[in-house]
Amino acid sequence: MPTVHIPPLMRDLTGGQGKAVVQGATIRQVINDLDATFPGLKARLVDGDRINPAIAVAVDGEVIRLGLLQRVKEDSEIHFLPAIGGGAVALP
Amino acid sequence: MVANITKSKSNVVLSTTDYKVVGTRPIRHDGTDKVTGRAIYGADFKLPGTLVCKILRSPHAHARIKSINTSKAEALPGVRAVVTAKDLPQPEDKIEQMGETAVNARFLSDNVLASTKVLYKGHAVAGVAANDQHIAEEALKLIDVEYEVLPLVLNVLDAMRDDAPLVHENLTTKELGNDTGRHSNIASRIHIEKGDVKAGFAEAEVIVEREFDTATVHQGYIEPHAATVLWNADGHITVWTCTQGSFVVRDQMATVMDLPVSDITVVPTEIGGGFGAKFPLYGEPVCALLSRMTGRPVKYVMTRVEVLENTGPTPGSHSRVKIGVTKDGRITAVEGWFAFEAGAYPGSAIGAGVPCAFAPYDIPNGVVDGFDVVVNKPKSSAYRAPGAPQTEYAVECVIDEVCEKIGMDPMEFRLKNAAKQGVRRIDGPVFGVIGAVETLEAMKAHDHYQSPLGGPNRGRGVAMGFWFNGGGPSCCTISVNPDGTVTLVEGSVDIGGTRAAIAMQAAEVLGIGAHDVSPKVVDTDSVGYTGGTGGSRTAYATGLAAYEAAQDVVRQMKERAGIIWETAAEDVDFANGVFSSKSNLELRMSFKELSAQISSTGGPITGRANVNPSGQGNTFAVHIADVEVDPETGKVEIIRYTAAQDAGKAVHPSYVEGQMQGGVAQGVGYALNEEYFYDAKGRLMNVSLLDYRMPTALDLPMIDTVIVEVANPGHPYGVRGVGEVPIIPPLAAIANAIYQAIGVRMYRLPMNPGRIVEALQANHR
Repeated sequence: MPTVHIPPLMRDLTGGQGKAVVQGATIRQVINDLDATFPGLKARLVDGDRINPAIAVAVDGEVIRLGLLQRVKEDSEIHFLPAIGGGAVALP
Repeated sequence: MVANITKSKSNVVLSTTDYKVVGTRPIRHDGTDKVTGRAIYGADFKLPGTLVCKILRSPHAHARIKSINTSKAEALPGVRAVVTAKDLPQPEDKIEQMGETAVNARFLSDNVLASTKVLYKGHAVAGVAANDQHIAEEALKLIDVEYEVLPLVLNVLDAMRDDAPLVHENLTTKELGNDTGRHSNIASRIHIEKGDVKAGFAEAEVIVEREFDTATVHQGYIEPHAATVLWNADGHITVWTCTQGSFVVRDQMATVMDLPVSDITVVPTEIGGGFGAKFPLYGEPVCALLSRMTGRPVKYVMTRVEVLENTGPTPGSHSRVKIGVTKDGRITAVEGWFAFEAGAYPGSAIGAGVPCAFAPYDIPNGVVDGFDVVVNKPKSSAYRAPGAPQTEYAVECVIDEVCEKIGMDPMEFRLKNAAKQGVRRIDGPVFGVIGAVETLEAMKAHDHYQSPLGGPNRGRGVAMGFWFNGGGPSCCTISVNPDGTVTLVEGSVDIGGTRAAIAMQAAEVLGIGAHDVSPKVVDTDSVGYTGGTGGSRTAYATGLAAYEAAQDVVRQMKERAGIIWETAAEDVDFANGVFSSKSNLELRMSFKELSAQISSTGGPITGRANVNPSGQGNTFAVHIADVEVDPETGKVEIIRYTAAQDAGKAVHPSYVEGQMQGGVAQGVGYALNEEYFYDAKGRLMNVSLLDYRMPTALDLPMIDTVIVEVANPGHPYGVRGVGEVPIIPPLAAIANAIYQAIGVRMYRLPMNPGRIVEALQANHR
């Protein structure tokens, strides 16, 4: 099952836990499963039907571009990172 | 096919895969137009009947707008229209998805024309369209604006104080999706950590902690912002502008004007430099409103003063860096604290600066905090590796001091601690195939590092740099001409020779010459969505689109060969520009020969590709700077400079070298001279290129370059982005060299003559 690394700024919702093994084949499913265990995480990670613009998601070391629709593998490693922005317009 | 990697004799790991076109140095396709002055830049574009737009700007750095009276200006003969923020739709104060990214639409709109408050000197307040420039300028003087001047804050540390004047009364600090509800100038805080930092510092035998400041500096592009806008009678808006991202401008226009993107076409002109700061909108919506009111095209061209006062700059910063090591040179723990000036609206490059800070190294235990802080300066913009120069400068200077304390060669120290494949960054992700070690080895073996300095007051400094690089959406179409040439249509504005670099990747696939490909940069209606030319993404991502579109052409050409040879397409091979039959070795046709027959075998052939890659691969740079310091005047002369970086595969080595040299030149200015000087009222005092001192050719030595090629597995030719990382190392490399030359460490940029003399005098007291 995929492993999610919980960012330090969200560990107030996980009792300090830094990692969680979750179920899900997409980022949407992963976040829903995460939220079932740690209520409130989804509210920080998701804005409407998209990832919160302040957050970037890395799957297996690469910042993904499909947001909630991104598929993940059984052994994927998922990070929620500060979005990389610069100027008026965020850069990759 | 991914390039093989083997050790070369010089102990530099290089891509040994040779290509016919990729890796060569053809003359750029747009070269003739650019050297003969025929290329059309933003200010060159002209339509019949165009009106001139001028912008009224705030004389105050922070003030409430009590009233604006435009009646006298409107009555001036020759004035066609006047607009203020009330003519804009005034979007909600919330984050809107905008194509590939998301921005606060209200902030974006308010920076175009201030609605209730001005937040920096030069903030746009009103726009005038007139028959000529003189009338427009006269009209600006007739607009009455009543201001209530407010206290201002210009410095990041001052702005973070509890008693600081609030730039935005309603701004609250966000922490990775969590609104803390705290009202302050701190728009956001980010925090990353890894391992056990306390235990790591307990293990350290030497610890160095220092604080640093970097100045607000401008990207320094020579071409000013310029655009012409026509709001046609049918409601369609066309924008001709010098931008790094035509689709980015289209998306921003649609957001600010509250229109569907299909109502807007953006035509990119040639661009005379951008470096990240030619993405934001400035006068384009103002011209659009004025065009709608007058029925005429409206054009604005910024003056140099406007460019410096209102656009760009990169954030000024304050940093604190602490590094613990063992005496044998192993990093045990690090701490970083970085605060960036976002300018008038949130959104500095702190999000990139924080994870970049220690990324060149294998850090077992680390914690980094970053703060995005609003101040009464223009909205900061991206500048070449946005955020990374500020944070990596501080880290690289502390590393130099650490090396001195433990008596270790700085290159050896970096090699011992360098990041490599499998290393986990402090922010979490694990590195794939990277070339940090190979780039360090190249520089350790370089003649420059082995040569004596000679002479008094001379010093040598070393520094490293890391940048993520970008991927994202790009589209290309390739049409085959009957003479065996092809036309390549792309949406990436050409910066630094990208037309050539993209065309060469298509040519490589098709087995034709670089000049058999005619690359065309087109408007937003003529190609699929393509991200901006920024983030070091273009040669990689649009190059990948060109590669895939060329593969599509090859697939179709094989079918045509099959028709001619009365065999199946599967029976046709293609290699080195020649189609051949697998079953009949006598049947062969070159790409050109087959192109001549496409009309008789089914008609036109157009290949296309839409890509959205994320395998861009990271890049590293290592620089060596030799300086000589005049202790009397404090003047620093750079006597030798060598830059190395991992390009993955240099598609056009001359343009890679040009990017490296350009990055160094800007880094030298950042390190030694460039700085925004504000007076107590927030007025920028050095608003000309005479007073805003960028380096000229006379200030720079020949910058030697070393291209290292550790192929990126995420690209068929191994390409990595190259444009941004070379601006990172010069700041610390020069600071470290100055220390070696005069024995004084400089903790504040720029290290101009006055500051060096001051530091020397303080050191002698």
